[in-house]
Amino acid sequence: MDLTRRGFFKAAGATFAAGAAFQLASASPALAVEPDKNWKLVNTEEYTNICCYCAGGCGSLCSVREGELINLEGDPDHPINQGGLCPKGASMFQLRNIVDPETREVVKNPDRISRPMVRRPGASDWEEISWEDAIEEIARNVKDTRDATFVETDETGLTVNYTPAIASLGGSQQNSEEEYLILKAMRSLGVVAVDNQARV
Amino acid sequence: MTSHWCDFQNADVIMNIGSNSAENHPVSSKWIHKAHERGAKWIVVDPRYTRTAEQADIYCPIRSGTDIAFYGGLYNYIIENDLWQHEYVLNYTNASYLLDPEYEFDPATGFFSGWDEEAGKYSNHSWHYQVESETVWDTSEGGDYAWAVAEGVPEFTPPVVQHPKRDMTLQDPLCVFQQFKKHYSRYDMDTVCSICGMDKETLELVYSTYASTGQPGKAGAVLYALGQTQHTYGAQNTRAMSVLQLLLGNIGVPGGGLNALRGEPNVQGATDMGMLVNEHPAYLKWANTTDRSSLRKWLESQTYSDGYYTNKPKFLISSLKEWFGENATVENDYGYDWWPKVPTSPDFTMMSTFELMDQGVIKGYFNWGMNPCHSAPNAGFVRRSMAKLDWLVVADQVATESATFWKAPDMNPEEIDTTVYFLPCALIYEKPGIILNSGRWMQYRNKAVEPWDMAKPDYEMCDLIWREVCRLYEEEGGANPDPILKTKWDYYVDGKIDPRPVAWALNGYRVAGTECNTTSAAPKTDLLPGYGDLKADGSTACAMWIYSGFWSNNDAPLDAAEQPIGRRDNSDASGIGLNSTWAYAWPNNRRILYNRASADMAGKPWNPEKVLVEWTGDKWNLVDAADFVAAKNGKPVPPNDKAFFMLWEQNGRLESYGMADGPLPEHYEPFETPVESNPLNGALNSPCMQFARNESTRKGDSAEYPIVATTYSVTEMWQTGGQSRMCPALVEAMPSQFVEISEELAAEKGIEKGDKVRVFNNRGSVVVDAMVTKRIKPLTVHGETQHLVGLTHHYSWAGVFGTGDTVNDLTPNVGDPNSFTPEYKAFLVDIEKA
Repeated sequence: MDLTRRGFFKAAGATFAAGAAFQLASASPALAVEPDKNWKLVNTEEYTNICCYCAGGCGSLCSVREGELINLEGDPDHPINQGGLCPKGASMFQLRNIVDPETREVVKNPDRISRPMVRRPGASDWEEISWEDAIEEIARNVKDTRDATFVETDETGLTVNYTPAIASLGGSQQNSEEEYLILKAMRSLGVVAVDNQARV
Repeated sequence: MTSHWCDFQNADVIMNIGSNSAENHPVSSKWIHKAHERGAKWIVVDPRYTRTAEQADIYCPIRSGTDIAFYGGLYNYIIENDLWQHEYVLNYTNASYLLDPEYEFDPATGFFSGWDEEAGKYSNHSWHYQVESETVWDTSEGGDYAWAVAEGVPEFTPPVVQHPKRDMTLQDPLCVFQQFKKHYSRYDMDTVCSICGMDKETLELVYSTYASTGQPGKAGAVLYALGQTQHTYGAQNTRAMSVLQLLLGNIGVPGGGLNALRGEPNVQGATDMGMLVNEHPAYLKWANTTDRSSLRKWLESQTYSDGYYTNKPKFLISSLKEWFGENATVENDYGYDWWPKVPTSPDFTMMSTFELMDQGVIKGYFNWGMNPCHSAPNAGFVRRSMAKLDWLVVADQVATESATFWKAPDMNPEEIDTTVYFLPCALIYEKPGIILNSGRWMQYRNKAVEPWDMAKPDYEMCDLIWREVCRLYEEEGGANPDPILKTKWDYYVDGKIDPRPVAWALNGYRVAGTECNTTSAAPKTDLLPGYGDLKADGSTACAMWIYSGFWSNNDAPLDAAEQPIGRRDNSDASGIGLNSTWAYAWPNNRRILYNRASADMAGKPWNPEKVLVEWTGDKWNLVDAADFVAAKNGKPVPPNDKAFFMLWEQNGRLESYGMADGPLPEHYEPFETPVESNPLNGALNSPCMQFARNESTRKGDSAEYPIVATTYSVTEMWQTGGQSRMCPALVEAMPSQFVEISEELAAEKGIEKGDKVRVFNNRGSVVVDAMVTKRIKPLTVHGETQHLVGLTHHYSWAGVFGTGDTVNDLTPNVGDPNSFTPEYKAFLVDIEKA
């Protein structure tokens, strides 16, 4: 394969629209698809991604049309999975969109929660809350808990700057930049109870 | 793992132990099959006949919880039959090192020397080596360590190099090899079979097949997963496998290695990031109140006397400089004391946090895409503890069991005062960022679509919370605000939080030429080409020294595709699957760790067909990036025995003084065991097991709960189901939980396939479907019939498409004394028709 997808992907995450696909179809076996108007990937942009399940690091291609994900499949150029995906990887499209069994329409996954919510003390259900209010309340809780429990020096006079009262769990689901920000925020608050999926 | 997924194709023998890779890491099969088709032998050791076992050449059942007896027997077999790799073991490991004369193991008691009954732990003093001579660092001008006394470097006393006393004939009774040989002489095959419930003929076939890789030029790969780590002796299992691979000369060679098949998409990244109580990013240690209670103490206790970790001061100072920016100066110890210091007591690792919630110590809790009400052991205790929190923040895409613990079937919301915030997160293709796989490959995820509705990436949520906390402290003051307000938090592009300047921080940069808070039009960066350029004088900043080099192109610092991590050249010039021009592997794009050990003492590859590094007589031919000192001051360094230069000895450890529970792996029974004695030593359980005395563990005994249980995953589901149970296709493929039961046990209990059965112990009770199968067989243990069952664990009460009972209500909250990892794989239950 002389001219592969890596040529496109190098330039940007976004790759080809129908025109590019047509032009390159003869040059790349991976793209050797007749782009007739019924082809499901006509007029799409492709973005590479990495699977969200085991740590195989399999590559995937996300096809997007008019800002919406319309297809997800294995990346044929990826040296580990070479285009294949397991049952879970092949279902990653459904994390966002599913087919409504009655109408056969593609709809948003009804199990996903896309708005901030709060459950108040004693309540038996959730209520919606704005991002702004949620962040304000969380920051206030963090500050109150930290202020009430902060240990600046221990019994020997050693500067220790920690709070035993706040714990943070998780990180293996996040991207590495997020892991750093979460860790940095938690540690600078004085949290010692930092753990993630690597513990189990 | 020390190698990577595509490297399995180079193996001559593959042994899966505690790993059902065909099911749980399906992509591994592509590479195992390539080896298998070439004639490689494939062994599976597992309590169940799994989807992996079905494809392998040899299947050997094992009683869950007895791995170390299996390894000990294998060592004994290798030594008795002289199958170890002599040149490798003699030169590249500590086999020839003499141990302290006080070192001892007493089979009558089951204790190593150094046990402190009062403290309830070992002192490792007698596990160290005898010292032949000592040398000190040359810090004079032009000396190797002149940097350690340069301006801007904090003052510390450099460590003294203690050269161990060696006996290259391996005859001295105190040398590691002789002590090792003596230790495992007790592990004869009959004893191993009796403990593990194995058949001797099968065991011998496994041993002889795997030991055949001790021949120079042959490679054996060990593939393991949670079946090895989720035990009260999980870290010793990992050591046991490392020792096995050293004995056979399998570490550092193509097709060899110790290969942890890790289960979370970026758990490698989170481990690297040190998101663990006592860890610091990039395998350094976090500040504490004892040997790391000040910057000076950190530098003096953590800096190795020899090998690559002599550079640790450069890594730590660069980390502090990235953390606190201009507020970090040599005068204030680069801000070290602003970091929280982890106290000696209480323990703050995951299982202990639930005890601390129960005691009212922990009051606020963040769950970032993790679901402990489902995944933590003794989950009933977990949700009852979480009900004592003041507040909980859950960032996730579905309302997990942790977000809804107050809705659990056995909870009464009216009695629970916890305020719970649910923050909806973006999916993997709704945000960009870096992810690492098990082979240490750093790859880039490109954002394809906008987050749906109000969902946000975690980096944005974290930034919002952080800025609001800072605002409150700026306006109101409060308990020491300095650690917060002195923290550098400037990862913005055009005023908006952005992961790309964070990538700069992870890669490292020269402080003088870099501004993280940037415009997209004119970014100012002086990114480092690699960690070799890090300094201990405050002139460089780097959050993750091991990653340095992955994002180093200053010509396009905001374009991931133009960085080493963004490379997509799959042409693989190595011919053995290194794929060195695809993405980036830490450290320094090394694809196979410890690759010096792939060649003999003269630098000649053990296997000339598969070359990683080779000494040509005047220089090194490096197919992979060298994991050793290949050149110094611009001149090639001829071959020597320093094959493991991340250790101060620069030799691999057959014996290690670094473990909490003994310098050699020794068999002890699990927390809950069906047997009453340990034929190998006088201790039934490891004296070092963690949390066994906590009341919450509610230990069961075999009289009441006679069946050994283990838990595991299926390919159609994943972990707590937060993602997989929200996909209708996957719920359809695996609609419920089940327990695998042998035909013999089913007959005894009057259970038929498809029946609802209750599985229970002191901690909980769950109803699941019965899967009566030939895949699990009763074993003969200590001469008696022993039943085992296996449960899947993906379902629970939350979710729209598929729900069930919480299997982790049954698992014990006890753990390993090194890793504090819970025991999910060996515990006791009973079973009845529901």
